Amino acid sequence: MSTIPAELRYAASHEWARQESDGTITVGISDHAQEALGDVVFIELPEVGKTLAAGQEAGVVESVKAASDIYAPVSGEVIAINEALADAPEQVNADAYAAWFFKIKPNDPAELDKLLDAEGYRAASED
Amino acid sequence: MGQRTPLYDLHVALGAKLVDFSGWDMPLHYGSQVDEHHQVRRDCGVFDVSHMTIIDLHGEQASQYLRHLLVGDVARLDTQGKALYSLMLNAQGGVVDDLILYRLEEGYRLVTNAATREKVLLWMATQAEGYAVKLQPRPELAILAIQGPHAREKVAQLVSPERAELIRALTPFQGLPEGCWFIARTGYTGEDGLEIILPADEVVSFMNELVGAGIGPVGLGARDTLRLEAGLNLYGQEMDESVSPLEANLEWTIAWEPLGRKFIGRQALEEELARGVTSRLVGLVLEERGVLRAHQVVRIAECGEGEITSGSYAPTLGKSIALARVPMATGDRAEVEIRGKWFPVRVVKPSFVRFGKALL
Repeated sequence: MSTIPAELRYAASHEWARQESDGTITVGISDHAQEALGDVVFIELPEVGKTLAAGQEAGVVESVKAASDIYAPVSGEVIAINEALADAPEQVNADAYAAWFFKIKPNDPAELDKLLDAEGYRAASED
Repeated sequence: MGQRTPLYDLHVALGAKLVDFSGWDMPLHYGSQVDEHHQVRRDCGVFDVSHMTIIDLHGEQASQYLRHLLVGDVARLDTQGKALYSLMLNAQGGVVDDLILYRLEEGYRLVTNAATREKVLLWMATQAEGYAVKLQPRPELAILAIQGPHAREKVAQLVSPERAELIRALTPFQGLPEGCWFIARTGYTGEDGLEIILPADEVVSFMNELVGAGIGPVGLGARDTLRLEAGLNLYGQEMDESVSPLEANLEWTIAWEPLGRKFIGRQALEEELARGVTSRLVGLVLEERGVLRAHQVVRIAECGEGEITSGSYAPTLGKSIALARVPMATGDRAEVEIRGKWFPVRVVKPSFVRFGKALL
């Protein structure tokens, strides 16, 4: 059974989003996603400064098994990326909620409320 | 629900992630396929390959039949126990299947792919017409592959003295019976190791003993990255009925002599040689970050295009490698398209790792 922390919000495409105290949103992929992908070997992150629309392709996770796109859960500007993942992509398998991918400065903080809560995501990912 | 090997419940108990493989519920991995890969390269691991097809051949014309059916010549297997990797072709020279053949005291044992089971049994039966040969599929037998540098030594400690002696005495590519077991020094990983064919009702307890002795279970995921690093073809990826062995790095399997042996597909291969073979199977190495995948397009400057047949991350090398079919004149550089961008790759001999060592 994969973990789904109650304090995070989730996209149906398996990203998690966490609102930080400064209003920015940190994004990663869920435990369920890393488990389905298997051993992660390469991660392509968006460029800092890039503006993304909610649902827009933001990068790619490659596991030994397959490549999977990652999407921006909310609209906004990419203000930071987790460069440590380039050398140690297996961190995503070790702890999917510590291994963040990028941070977004959201255009509209209310967009976060459109994402699934933990209960909703659990239901969606069990389908 | 797919077909299950006798080890299905044990796979579940060992925490396997099960996937469909050609209609069989098989373990993809038991936690991490990368860890399982390293375990085979550095120590040893055990694979359930009981989904593969075992066919015994008997009858006074079994040899003549196989000399007609296969590109390799069983007349060259002069003693019991010799193994042969070979192919059966269709009349157009395409590969119907690849297989391992063992010469038994009387007759032969063939191990063919799981995915091709029905097709191959039908093909072999059709071609057997007019030969005094009996084909006997052996679904009551299971197969375990124990592979890695320590595989033989560790297995020898767990079996009877007679079996241990045989395991220590086997030379590479040799397989012999011991009681109701058949023990061969063959495999599909580029490492030393064994393939043991044994009655299905003994396989669960034996696998339990292996795992208990620290020989961890390995799934199909690592089996694929191990064989890819070793540069070994997978039927359905590197070759199929539309691909000739000359385009699949398998010319070495063909016994052209004696000239009078008219194996199925020979004429088509000779015609292909006379016309000139147009493509070949090579290895690719991606030096940048990224992962090569099957069906990505390969572009070779002033030469043409090719296609990746198998690609993955290679755990032993820490980078991505692939097998690809490219135009014959391809040099040592090419480019591969990954998600709309072109990445430079090195073109190498299709063998990347052997006995734990990188060959690049």
